[in-house]
Amino acid sequence: MSDQTTNSIAFVADGTIPPSPPPANETGVVKWLRDNLFSNFTNGLLTFASLVLIYLLLKNTLPWFLNGIWQADSLAQCREILNGNVGACFAVLTERWHQLLYGFKYPGDAYWRPNLALLLLLVAAAPVLFFDLPRKLLLFTVVYPFIAFWLIWGGTILVPLVAFLGCVAAAVAFQKLGKNSFAAGFFTAIIVALVVWNVGGALIPEGASDNAWLSAVPSRDLGGFMLNMMLGVTCVSLSVPLGIALALGRQSDMPLIKWVCVIFIEFIRGVPLITLLFVASVMLSYFFPPESTVDLFLRVVIMITMFSAAYIAEVIRGGLAALPRGQYEAADSLGLDYPQAMRLIILPQALKISIPGIVNVAVGLFKDTTLVSVISMFDLVGMIRGPILASTEWNGVYWELLGFAALLFFVVCYGISQYSQWLERRLATDHR
Amino acid sequence: MSELAVEREIDRSKMQVSDEVAIEINNMNKWYGSFHVLRDINLTVNQGERIVIAGPSGSGKSTLIRCLNALEEHQQGTIVVDGTELSNDLKNIDKIRSEVGMVFQHFNLFPHLTILENCTLAPIWVRKTPKKEAEERAMHFLEKVKIPDQALKYPGQLSGGQQQRVAIARSLCMMPRIMLFDEPTSALDPEMIKEVLDTMIELAEEGMTMLCVTHEMGFARQVANRVIFMDAGQIVEQNEPEEFFNNPKSERTKLFLSQILGH
Repeated sequence: MSDQTTNSIAFVADGTIPPSPPPANETGVVKWLRDNLFSNFTNGLLTFASLVLIYLLLKNTLPWFLNGIWQADSLAQCREILNGNVGACFAVLTERWHQLLYGFKYPGDAYWRPNLALLLLLVAAAPVLFFDLPRKLLLFTVVYPFIAFWLIWGGTILVPLVAFLGCVAAAVAFQKLGKNSFAAGFFTAIIVALVVWNVGGALIPEGASDNAWLSAVPSRDLGGFMLNMMLGVTCVSLSVPLGIALALGRQSDMPLIKWVCVIFIEFIRGVPLITLLFVASVMLSYFFPPESTVDLFLRVVIMITMFSAAYIAEVIRGGLAALPRGQYEAADSLGLDYPQAMRLIILPQALKISIPGIVNVAVGLFKDTTLVSVISMFDLVGMIRGPILASTEWNGVYWELLGFAALLFFVVCYGISQYSQWLERRLATDHR
Repeated sequence: MSELAVEREIDRSKMQVSDEVAIEINNMNKWYGSFHVLRDINLTVNQGERIVIAGPSGSGKSTLIRCLNALEEHQQGTIVVDGTELSNDLKNIDKIRSEVGMVFQHFNLFPHLTILENCTLAPIWVRKTPKKEAEERAMHFLEKVKIPDQALKYPGQLSGGQQQRVAIARSLCMMPRIMLFDEPTSALDPEMIKEVLDTMIELAEEGMTMLCVTHEMGFARQVANRVIFMDAGQIVEQNEPEEFFNNPKSERTKLFLSQILGH
């Protein structure tokens, strides 16, 4: 830069070179345009072609969208109003709004119940998703499943109460015994819970739900997007812990646990979800005693949860394998026992690596909840394909209905994906 | 070979070897599959000793000290650490691990925790120390390794030498009676080796029982009271550093020393 010369072998820098701003034509909008859109002739051509394509798309869809009819009683009436012009018939959405969201049998005066449950879900999920919030909020998260069950299915409050007490008793039993031996605590907790549920269930009087404050709604009356949300939320929140347990079990030193997990995972991954759903709806009842009626919703939840837990387990196994051996050794050498090492050192790191994969499974699972329409549950897609499109008024309104379904699913899935990106940034501590 | 430059006289007032036995290894053998990696190891370490284990790579020196806190399992013989025999009993293993600190070649800090959390985690969860007390102790040891100002950073933001000093502080927070060092300076740039060795010297000056696998012969000469040379899974020679370096007995030791000190 100066009269220094580096041509001779001996060279000494005489002072540091001060930083200076970049040349003027290396900043600003023009540079961005030139770099990203018109960096050479071919790219300029591609940019131009893309603009034409976007124009053509908007030119053909915008009038259809903007001319849309929002108030009409049937497709025929829509066409009458449009009078030959291009236009969508969004009236089907307004007219069948409640059916799309809640299904066609959910009692109309009880719509506030699932709405309230959704609102409370946001409160309950917040401390789990955003761990900067005060930890005390988790108490509500623990109670939430029972409140939501009571709100949506209604009936006597005794049922969720007994379920809750069973879980509390199991947790207490595990706290007491799990300190010394995990297995003893685990199995005692299961037995305690079963005892409380059976005894409590026997104590609930016959017909307690008949005149309950919230009228009882049977599972087969649930439907619409509400059913997709319920299945999605329940199955994701159950399958993540189950997936973690399976992934750890697959790494276990104990051959029995290891092989049970391996066989479970490989079997579930080798079977299509639709097969499992058919098993849930038709065949499972052959395996239960004739008088016992396990709820169809519960059977479907079990199947979808097992399905996605197997996938999540494999994703987490990848995360566990990506951790250097030194992390296990450091945890061991400090005297941490297995549960502590897993909870404090291994899983936080392995799960962080697994976030994109877990979110991938979660998004896939949420969309797969529409498959329940083939076992005649009327979820959003089931409602559209069945009662709505089959009705004489709305026969033939495909674009508007399926577009609406796509929009609802997109909003939720995009939300999940944005959350996961935020989470990855929030957890980034490696500063690479 | 880098000789450690002595900038100050080492304070030997507290470097005293007591009669109390810290580690006793009897007829210990270990195999990896059918490969006989440690052969008939007999070694007694007294409280306060500073032992350097040297030897060519693959001689089993790392495996030996990893057996001492059960990171590796031995198949024959007995290892008694601080009065507790290493067996398959998990309770014994956890007890020994909390008495024995270990420093690794690649530091193995927990990247998802801050420096302070790295240091307080084990005291809080294993020793059940109250959080405040654990943090005070952690800051005390971080000051000792001269990086208290980095306490709230993450390991990824620190240099290699700083990370290794945090790793030493992390072990010290468990108040161990014995420290194991597994090639603590091998993954470091030359500039950073010295700061880690200085920390280790200070530790030795306080009378800590130390077993170090290292290639830093300067450190061995100045700090160790005994140098052990291993080759092909067995202890070939051990002696006081002066004798070991100036007057090696076995041919294998002579060859090794001529190779690492020859230039």
